[in-house]
Amino acid sequence: MSEQSDVQHTTEAHASTRTYLIIAAVLTVITIVEVGVFYLPALHGVLPPTLLILSAAKFFLVVGFYMHLRYDHNLFRAVFILPLAIATAVIVGLLFLFRVF
Amino acid sequence: MSHAAVAHHTSTGLDSRKIAFWTFIGSECLLFGSLIATYLVYQGRSVSGPTTHEILNIPLTSLSTFDLLMSSLCMVLALAAVQRGDRVWARVWLGMTAFLGAIFLGFQVYEFQHFVHEGLGFTTNLFGSTFFTLTGFHGAHVFVGVLWLLTLLARSFQGKLGPEKALNVEIAGLYWHFVDVVWIVIFTVVYLIQTTPLPTA
Repeated sequence: MSEQSDVQHTTEAHASTRTYLIIAAVLTVITIVEVGVFYLPALHGVLPPTLLILSAAKFFLVVGFYMHLRYDHNLFRAVFILPLAIATAVIVGLLFLFRVF
Repeated sequence: MSHAAVAHHTSTGLDSRKIAFWTFIGSECLLFGSLIATYLVYQGRSVSGPTTHEILNIPLTSLSTFDLLMSSLCMVLALAAVQRGDRVWARVWLGMTAFLGAIFLGFQVYEFQHFVHEGLGFTTNLFGSTFFTLTGFHGAHVFVGVLWLLTLLARSFQGKLGPEKALNVEIAGLYWHFVDVVWIVIFTVVYLIQTTPLPTA
């Protein structure tokens, strides 16, 4: 592989500063909504799924934009997503095993 | 500017250090997955002592969560500054990231002290053991991250953190953002989703 190509993979073009600021604003808003939902008694029935969805949104925004996984090579995605999926399966499996649900 | 010094030839065309670090982050997912699973399995099974409902301080933790999210913003801005060769702003953002990380640690130390004062120690009950283990491991990661950032800051002041070293900052950034996403999960699972305690056998 040429040096040019190596360089391209090493210093992939990432998001702009404006995008980073927008993501930060979105993360802040989601956090405010999370805390707001927590204090609303009317929403306590749907609290866990709502919070998990909001949390997942924050998680993937940070991983996708700040960790640049959205712009990076598929191999990086694979070595992150596979263990993440295993970890999630372990959590869900243990919760069922110990009858937490 | 030339990044040729950073890149080296590999069979994948990708930098081996970055692949190695993503693999390390993958292994960290398994570590924190296990810790979070353990916390959830034992949640609500404490037979004595303070529990989640009685002791967790949501407003304070919301502030520390916001603090850590903003540190992630500073980290990406630091990387962008290093990549474009802007040494002044690279130092500013690296310093801010480390500073916000230190503030987060301050929040955690205060929280731990408050819990101990309220009678919740590591061996008080299942909640104490799993909570301190999970958040303690995370705090230790933040501490390592702050030291790493301060090292990069020192290298910058020595004039040894130019654009050709951007990958070093990117890898430190990957670590820092991972610490942030772990906290995003902990904040939701441990602090916000407080399920009704299960009846004890």
